[in-house]
Amino acid sequence: MHDFKEDEILGKAYDSRLMKRLLRYVKPYWKHVVVSVIIVLILAVLNPLRPYITKFAIDDYILKSNYNGLVKLSLLLFGILLLQGVLQYLLGYITGWIGQKTIFDLRMEVFQHLQRLALRFFDKNPTGRLVTRVTNDVESLNEMYSSGIILVFGDIFTIVGILYFMFRLSFELSLVTLSVLPLLFYATFLFRKKAREAYREIRTLIARINAFLQEHFSGVSVVQIFNVEEKEFQKFDQINAKYRDANIKSIFYYAVFFPAVELISAIGIALIIWYGGSGVIKGAVTIGTLISFIQYTEMFFRPVRDLSEKYNIFQTAMASAERIFKLLDTKIFIKQPEKPVKLENIRGEIEFKNVWFAYRDDGESVLDEDWILKNVSFKINAGEKVAIVGATGSGKSTIINLISRFYEVQKGQILIDGIDIKNIDERDLRKNIAVVLQDVMLFSGDILSNITLGDEKINLEKVIESARLIGADKFIEKLPKGYFENVHERGANLSVGEKQLISFVRALVRDPKILVLDEATSSVDVETERIIQNAIEKLLENRTAIIIAHRLSTIQNSDKIIVLHKGEVREIGTHEELLAMKGIYYRLYQLQYKERKRKAISLSGTS
Amino acid sequence: MRSLFELKPYILRYKKLIGLGILSILASEFFYVIIPILIGRAVDSLKFGVTGEKLIWFASLILGSTLLSGIASFFTRQTIIVASRKIEYDMRNDFYRHVQGLHYLYFRDKKIGDIMAYATNDIPAVRNFVGPGIMYSVETIIEFVVILAIMFSMSLKLTLITLIPLPLISFLVYKVGKIVHEKYEDIQEHFGVITTAAQENISGIRVIKSYVREDYEIEKFRKLNLEYLVKNVKLNKIQSLTYPLMILITGISIILVVWYGGYQVIKGTMTLGQVTSFLIYLGYLIWPMIAFGWIVNLTQRASASMDRLLEVMKVEPQIKDTDETDYSIKEIKGKITFRDVWFKYPDSENYVLKGINLEIEQGQTVGIVGYTGSGKTTLVNLIPRLFDPDKGEVLIDGINIKKIPLKVLRGNIGYVQQEVFLFSDTVKNNIKFGVNGVDDGKVVEVAKLAHIYDEVMDFPNKFDTVVGERGIMISGGQKQRLGLARALIKDPKILILDDSFSSVDAYTEEMILKNLREFRKGRTTIIISHRITAVKDADFIIVLDDGEIVEKGTHEELLNLGGIYADLYQKQVLEEELEKM
Repeated sequence: MHDFKEDEILGKAYDSRLMKRLLRYVKPYWKHVVVSVIIVLILAVLNPLRPYITKFAIDDYILKSNYNGLVKLSLLLFGILLLQGVLQYLLGYITGWIGQKTIFDLRMEVFQHLQRLALRFFDKNPTGRLVTRVTNDVESLNEMYSSGIILVFGDIFTIVGILYFMFRLSFELSLVTLSVLPLLFYATFLFRKKAREAYREIRTLIARINAFLQEHFSGVSVVQIFNVEEKEFQKFDQINAKYRDANIKSIFYYAVFFPAVELISAIGIALIIWYGGSGVIKGAVTIGTLISFIQYTEMFFRPVRDLSEKYNIFQTAMASAERIFKLLDTKIFIKQPEKPVKLENIRGEIEFKNVWFAYRDDGESVLDEDWILKNVSFKINAGEKVAIVGATGSGKSTIINLISRFYEVQKGQILIDGIDIKNIDERDLRKNIAVVLQDVMLFSGDILSNITLGDEKINLEKVIESARLIGADKFIEKLPKGYFENVHERGANLSVGEKQLISFVRALVRDPKILVLDEATSSVDVETERIIQNAIEKLLENRTAIIIAHRLSTIQNSDKIIVLHKGEVREIGTHEELLAMKGIYYRLYQLQYKERKRKAISLSGTS
Repeated sequence: MRSLFELKPYILRYKKLIGLGILSILASEFFYVIIPILIGRAVDSLKFGVTGEKLIWFASLILGSTLLSGIASFFTRQTIIVASRKIEYDMRNDFYRHVQGLHYLYFRDKKIGDIMAYATNDIPAVRNFVGPGIMYSVETIIEFVVILAIMFSMSLKLTLITLIPLPLISFLVYKVGKIVHEKYEDIQEHFGVITTAAQENISGIRVIKSYVREDYEIEKFRKLNLEYLVKNVKLNKIQSLTYPLMILITGISIILVVWYGGYQVIKGTMTLGQVTSFLIYLGYLIWPMIAFGWIVNLTQRASASMDRLLEVMKVEPQIKDTDETDYSIKEIKGKITFRDVWFKYPDSENYVLKGINLEIEQGQTVGIVGYTGSGKTTLVNLIPRLFDPDKGEVLIDGINIKKIPLKVLRGNIGYVQQEVFLFSDTVKNNIKFGVNGVDDGKVVEVAKLAHIYDEVMDFPNKFDTVVGERGIMISGGQKQRLGLARALIKDPKILILDDSFSSVDAYTEEMILKNLREFRKGRTTIIISHRITAVKDADFIIVLDDGEIVEKGTHEELLNLGGIYADLYQKQVLEEELEKM
């Protein structure tokens, strides 16, 4: 869901700190920037040339009845026009290109940055918000990069160009024409200010409308059950009416501003006719000059108005830039060792030594009740299969998170083959551990790419072989395109069991020394259950395995069982040994495993 | 396009305002189009000798016309655009009122975001058609016709020559617009692909990190992003043509006027002033040419939006008072009867409730237990008529609930849903949600009953603390108890608690149940629970399994039966033991 609140706050239009940083992204394309600035400069001269030439057409040819000269001048005008057209096109093309290139780079940077962030970051930030950073926020910078920066120069140059030609034609008349400018600036300033206030109010209200709708549609059954449709409608009506009135208020500003600008421009023209006209009578001003001045007033107003429109572009851009840079400045990483120990041909021995863990940031104080794992110690020999059992909240899933070093332990050590995992490069570590999670995440693409995850070292034969071992080959081959069958969004064309099998193949194909398996609790039919049990057995062969077990068969087949309870290791032993103890395991066994025959007994609190 | 006719009632409501607006457009245009003529006359007068006073006269006329045109244009915006905002307001109100009354099941298979999009995208799209759409259409047509008429009257030949390139603008705006639109759609689609890719990547970040696929993912994303870049650059190649082409075409027209118009002046068939007016009129014509393409686009979009809106507005609220409703029923006592009730969700084949027969006397307390998915919540949802059974009937006081006015029915039921939904409002307003005009003393009373009072008093602003996203984050257990208080304050004849203590600790649960013992007197109470403690004192308990009542009796009776209930009880004892270990 789109986050209405955060993303609708508008700040100032210009922030030199942000701007500096934004401009850094244009640097690689400085040559293109230079070219477009040159074009802008040429256009700034060409644009005001036409009224200037028109003056000569009138004074020297039309009024002097020189037809041939008029034709020549018309051709010259046409030539200038063509040049203008070509340059304008080039300018549009190049600036657009710069914009696209820059946001491409920026988007890659944001995406790459996200890939490096630690899981701790993702726990706190909703996916939707992060997606917005990569997509919409970057996109809204496009306009600023393409038309914003360079065309602001364009507008300013054009104004300078027009002024130059005006003053060349008639110094006095120029001053007269420009005398309306302060009026225009003042009107624009006043309008901007009022419109901005109104706009801010409108944004706040639309955010409120959205929040209201979202909340009331989510909680619609409460509204209905409590029989308060009328009351809630009244509340909605109030906000809606405020929104309407805020809009009507802003319409007023627009309704005044546009005619006002017209009027100011008319004052300019009236002044030219009156003052310039008097000049013509006195012979100080030619008719041609007068007509070209009328054209200049029209020409002059456009860049002035454009400039104020650019304001909006900059304002949105700054807001997005702020959010993007905030993300880029978030440096939540897992600390990498300076001299990492290389993992080669590991045996697969895992040891937890007095591990304490809480989901807290570095340096944050940890309260007693926040500890998820308390002084956890155990050792798993190479090749052993160990099941971890415990009630919800006992800390089972945390253990598998820690082995892959998704989080940093606060106290104690985790060792692989006797090496503290803090001294191993996180990628090197993870390459030796295959993790199969409860919820199977499938990506868009075909079955094959969902198994290889794009690893080109894994060839199709290897995939087929692994699928056969797991017993996934039968259903895959039944698909119309087999391994190349496309997976629908979130695997909608596959059953729960099939998805699990794919995730098994995904792990097996890598032949990891250590396997971490979080067994899914979801129920499947008897036949699939048989296949999955079989698959798990194959998957665990010849490697060290840690399983968060939900199947009786899995715990019975494991070499030992670690019982976690309230964050502590309370019992360790084989199934029979632990049952005989009649302790925690004995009860957990009765609660969780004994009755798995029954379908879907996920009782609240125990599932 | 058809669908836009459905706007008629909305537009008719503001027919005076809109009519006035169209009149002001006419006035504004009148004063607007005479300005070039005035300028032309002024120019001509210069050639034939003129006095300073005459010039001031011209200057004032130009100013005066602009002023009058401006005033009229001010009224145009203040009428038509204002009307469009009023229509938008009406439509949004109607939309909300309608959707809020829709069937519970409608929301089950629709995404909230999609429903929101109607209000946030489609209604404004329609408003844009009603406001700027109408205003600019009228303006464009008038300007176009009047200016052309004036130009023709001045010089037929010059008009024809200079107008040759102009239709090209409309054509190009349309043609380039079409290509740009197609490419743009394609780009939007690709943007969707990029969004999905980012979404997938972030949702699957654990898998990606586990299998060390970050570099591959970056490469994959780079390819998509690059494709997006290429598509955009290609679009830009075409789109950049629009503006230069426009300058070129209008420029050619202007040059033609200078050349041919100049020639006419030399020949003496036209005056310089007329040519000047011509030049200005040309400038005037460019806008309607552009606006024309734009209006077409706006109308198409509005029509598509209206189609979508109508689709929602035509969904009938299935649960409502009908002809059968007996309005003489003003209150209920609370005897509930289920008579052979069958129910299945519309998208499914399987019945969730299979022939439920149950009778609850007024004032009785009934416990319902069963595994997840056995149909407990569905069963109680039938009582306030969140949906109706497919077969069989539900009766209250012996009357089919379809005959009881919804207001009476729901007004007498206090239902605490499994997932308590609170609004981002103050604690007090959340508790008072379902009632009008109760005093704060009553709020405190129910808060105490629901055992939430002490915690509320610890909140920063006590009962005025805002809960939810923008306020204080409250725990699941607090939510449940606030939900309970919200139901209790209604003083309901029937109280339904659907697993309402699941996030509350055992001690608090016991306290609440004790508090409720008094409150329950004379009221019919249904308690769904996973915890035996919550139901064991009930008058009787039913066990639901796979949509059927499989066990029924008191706590003792069911324990002796040794079925599901006894099994659940056993498990709970185990859990309690575990908790203590």
